[in-house]
Amino acid sequence: MSGVLVVLEPRPGSDPAALSRISLEALAGGLHLAQQLSLPCIAALAGSGSAVQLQSPGFAPLRAAQLEQIYAIEHPLLAHYTADGHTLALEQLIRKLCPEYVVFPHTYQVRDYAPALAVSLGQPLVSDVIAIRIEDGSPIFVRQLFQGRLNADYRVTHPGSAPIFLSIQAGAFRAESLENSNGPATAASIVSFIPQLTEAQIRTRPAAPFRESARTVDLASAPLIVSVGRGIGEQQNLALVESLAAALGAELAASRPICDLGWLPMERQVGSSGQTVAPRLYLAVGISGAIQHLVGMKGAKTVVAINRDPAAPIFEVADYAVVGDLFEVVPELIKAIHATKGE
Amino acid sequence: MKIVVTLKQVPERDALLSISPGADWIDESALSFTTSEPDAYALEEALRLRDSQPGSELVALTAGPERSASVLRDALARGADRAIHVLTSSTHDPLSTAHLLAAAIRVESPGLVLTGLQSDDLGLGQTGVILAHLLGVPHSTLALHVEPVPTGIRVKRELEDGWFQHVEMPLPALATIQSGGNQLRYATLMGIKKARNKELRTIDAASLGAPAPPAAVELTRIFPPDKQKHTRTLAGSSAEIAAQLTGILRNEVHVL
Ligand SMILES: Cc1cc2nc3c(=O)[nH]c(=O)nc-3n(C[C@H](O)[C@H](O)[C@H](O)COP(=O)(O)OP(=O)(O)OC[C@H]3O[C@@H](n4cnc5c(N)ncnc54)[C@H](O)[C@@H]3O)c2cc1C
Ligand SMILES: Nc1ncnc2c1ncn2[C@@H]1O[C@H](COP(=O)(O)O)[C@@H](O)[C@H]1O
Repeated sequence: MSGVLVVLEPRPGSDPAALSRISLEALAGGLHLAQQLSLPCIAALAGSGSAVQLQSPGFAPLRAAQLEQIYAIEHPLLAHYTADGHTLALEQLIRKLCPEYVVFPHTYQVRDYAPALAVSLGQPLVSDVIAIRIEDGSPIFVRQLFQGRLNADYRVTHPGSAPIFLSIQAGAFRAESLENSNGPATAASIVSFIPQLTEAQIRTRPAAPFRESARTVDLASAPLIVSVGRGIGEQQNLALVESLAAALGAELAASRPICDLGWLPMERQVGSSGQTVAPRLYLAVGISGAIQHLVGMKGAKTVVAINRDPAAPIFEVADYAVVGDLFEVVPELIKAIHATKGE
Repeated sequence: MKIVVTLKQVPERDALLSISPGADWIDESALSFTTSEPDAYALEEALRLRDSQPGSELVALTAGPERSASVLRDALARGADRAIHVLTSSTHDPLSTAHLLAAAIRVESPGLVLTGLQSDDLGLGQTGVILAHLLGVPHSTLALHVEPVPTGIRVKRELEDGWFQHVEMPLPALATIQSGGNQLRYATLMGIKKARNKELRTIDAASLGAPAPPAAVELTRIFPPDKQKHTRTLAGSSAEIAAQLTGILRNEVHVL
């Protein structure tokens, strides 16, 4: 057969297991691609009990989607994720199905094995896709370069070479329509696929996930956030954004490098490896706006960004832009806020 | 243990980027270059491992044009023992880059290869994993720390949402390093002096055997990103901007 195969994941740590949001977005992307190219769409989930999982409530949106078939890739050796287990299992399913496209959510797990899977089939992976366009009947995949400062089109230059692998960035496609579809299942049959795997093929030994420290700051419910990035330059300059946050009555948050440097605790980090926030005001100071940061704060109602680089990607999601030196603007802003408050 | 660390040269973080006339890459003529950030962390982790394991050797490796030798000189100054430069002009396809790196690494037969998680320019996040596959060694990605254990190495890797995980692998193995696990050391004057006497070998890519097959997917056009929101840019002196913004925060955003 030919078609679009979407490989999905449960949300890490979800109990009972449920499809992750980014998986649903990848499914939306796969369905879009399939529809545009008039191809059937198939989904697959790998694990040790994926057939049972697929029947559970957390997977209802998948069962209701316009799919031709859903594959439950099942094996006891897939109980805990390993790159070797996933690569071998998916390679076998892909050789059987011969899809034209294989679509993944761009998760940490996919980062870990999809490049090996693609190369083991001698095929390319277009990683971290943010949009798909069709021109003259063939797809063009858009991805970011230079940490979001530029975009690039990628085209299939050797048609007939299949499959093309894609991983889809968080937020690239909307999952709402899939999430809310409570209509009758289109009754894609769930088919079990048992790959050939032996213990000796799995070379890595993963231990159970752990967390380092409990979070004591809940940025998720903070109404006002001042967030600081590497533009602040030095640790001693943090006092400036601390006064800004105090003047506004806002929580202080940061981009990852600030927390990596130990200037602020990890729990104040916003982004894909930190907290997801949705304040009424997100005031970004000296933050470039890499995608991993944006996914953590795109839900903010109003975004104000202060950055001296007019091409900084933070401005793409900003409602109000201040292109300038933070060391000139922020002191004036603090003064003006105090004056407005009559302090 | 012999450790190979791969380093990629990329434009400086704050460089102003302009699109080349053919819109197929950026104009590199006026840029300054540096080591891709995750690679700097990979080098740091490799230096610590080398120093904790007596008798170890650390080899720095890059593939790129002539100018990219600077990342190797920097690595030597920070403490790498020797360096290999695979001279090539094409580094946009991860499979062909990994082919070149694999060919250079095979003759070294290291116990451990460390790469960056993803490059600051292309951001593919693929070269390290492909490299492990080509070398036929196990890998782990998003590693913050690598520590020797009796059976091989134990990697502390980052997961989503503030979770971590330990993964053990037998040697030889490869880990891709995520930024932030260590504080980076600077090159000392002494280090820079010593580096002058260290070996930096240049190998022409063509001498490394048949290249990878041409990529089935290619970068065809570069363009500035679209705005996702209607943005109002505030102009004027800093004081004027501050006054406007305060007005907006009070009257439109209602947070003052
Ligand atoms: C798997 C993965 C997970 C990640 N998770 C996260 C995450 O959870 N959160 C996160 O934030 N990042 C995360 N990152 C890192 C992310 O890719 C970026 O590297 C990071 O967000 C950049 O932080 P920054 O904007 O502070 O620094 P930079 O990118 O260095 O930006 C600094 C900005 O400050 C501006 N600037 C400099 N001086 C001034 C001045 N005087 N006045 C005004 N502006 C100035 C510059 O123009 C620049 O735009 C992750 C990366 C990966 C690969
Ligand atoms: N041309 C290159 N020379 C040396 N190392 C490279 C090169 N390209 C990629 N790498 C390594 O592979 C990692 C991932 O790169 P990428 O797949 O482009 O995101 C980088 O952090 C480097 O460690």
